[in-house]
Amino acid sequence: MLIDTFLYNFGQYILLLKSAIAKPERFSMYYKETIRQMDAIGVGSVFIVLLISVFIGMVTAVQFADQLGDSFIPSYYIGYIVRDITIIEMAPTITCLVLAGKVGSNLAAEIGGMRQKEHIDAMEIMGVNTAAYLIMPKVIAAVLVIPLLVAISAFVSIIGGYLATVLPGSISHTEYVLGLRSFFVPRYVFIMFVKAGAFAFLLTSVSCYFGYYVKGGSIELGEASTSAVVVSNVLILLFDFIIALLLT
Amino acid sequence: MIRTENIHKSFGDNHVLKGVSAEFHAGKPNLIIGSSGAGKTVLLKLLIGLFRPSEGTVYYGDTNLFSLDDNEIRSIRMKVGMLFQGNALFDSMTVGENIRFPMDMFTRLSLKDKNKRVDECLEMVNMEGINDRYPSEVSGGMQKRVGIARAMVLEPKYLFCDEPNSGLDPQTSILIDELICSLTSQNNITTVINTHDMNSVMGIGDNILLLKNGQVAWTGDKSQVLESDNKVLEDFIFASPFLRRLREDALKQRQGE
Repeated sequence: MLIDTFLYNFGQYILLLKSAIAKPERFSMYYKETIRQMDAIGVGSVFIVLLISVFIGMVTAVQFADQLGDSFIPSYYIGYIVRDITIIEMAPTITCLVLAGKVGSNLAAEIGGMRQKEHIDAMEIMGVNTAAYLIMPKVIAAVLVIPLLVAISAFVSIIGGYLATVLPGSISHTEYVLGLRSFFVPRYVFIMFVKAGAFAFLLTSVSCYFGYYVKGGSIELGEASTSAVVVSNVLILLFDFIIALLLT
Repeated sequence: MIRTENIHKSFGDNHVLKGVSAEFHAGKPNLIIGSSGAGKTVLLKLLIGLFRPSEGTVYYGDTNLFSLDDNEIRSIRMKVGMLFQGNALFDSMTVGENIRFPMDMFTRLSLKDKNKRVDECLEMVNMEGINDRYPSEVSGGMQKRVGIARAMVLEPKYLFCDEPNSGLDPQTSILIDELICSLTSQNNITTVINTHDMNSVMGIGDNILLLKNGQVAWTGDKSQVLESDNKVLEDFIFASPFLRRLREDALKQRQGE
């Protein structure tokens, strides 16, 4: 039964994506919608991303500083570890998990509400390819904007680590900066952007899918919104592992 | 003209439509009537292509709707206007933007020309000057009119109305019926109206299709309703004692004449 449900949903999701990849009826309308979504997803999420990022950096730095303790590992490693763990894992994964909650539930509710109020039927009857018009601009906007948010997140996390260790005097400014400048592997930045792009695609397309096919009333809309977040989160973690396997 | 041929539609074990064949003519209102659960909305959605039939088909002129691919169906739908029961106006857009939306999507007109057409459509439904208001800021009857204006903006050949009078007071209902009727005849549109409003049946029912349990129980026009001896029609139209009495009085009057 669970496998049946999975296969049914997976098939329907693939078909939805297939119909969403189509030539726009009017390019300017899709462009306008993409810009609107970039503003909603990107600018609308900057504050929450800054907030979580600074704490991620602070917690990572403090905990690693505690683990180093009186060991022989040089304390400048704190900067190095904060930088790498943020770039490879924390910034893309935690940011996208949070965005799956904020943006994903919002997208599922927006599209689901349109389904329930017959807005989608109205557009279909006008001749609009609703899968394309309602989903593609959101996916494109997210794939463009979320990697930028992740880059900001990585930068702010590193600053958070600095604030949590240098200001209280755990290590010096010079040591932290030395750590940041040591053993840098540019490929890790590439991995960060690959993860960010993949997670952005997953969280928007999956959320749109749950909204697009919602049936029933407000309870079902709430359930669709919850499912969008839960499934997006699980897929983000799964693909985090797959990308880690493939690229490291 | 739209024609259906032996339409069947099932949802799982639920056989909703059982061999519906009908014709809907241009230039006059075609009414689908029937009690709740008779299959009216399913038939309407099949006519538009939102559902696919389990058996049978729908012809727009000579074109078999269900032999077309998705893109071809969309090109037919660009000739279709629809008024929804709940209006389906986009809440985040103003009235003017709602009406302009189909033009933004499908035409290359300048903004000035599009706004001019919006004004024409609002004038057509006697709603001038509300372009900048949001749907939530106007009454139910005004929303219906805006819905009609949006449906008419691309000068459709086919107009579908799902319960256009639901939730409206009798006077506004009559105005909406008259509006739909005049637009239909002026523009020679094939209009299909799904209703169970008796005023509409007797007022604008030029071609009536009565459904019961997914089958066609009666077809005719408003002039045949009074004298029909069809039991299903009688039970449906003259369900209330008041209407039965009116009918009896009308028939007696005719016999006296």
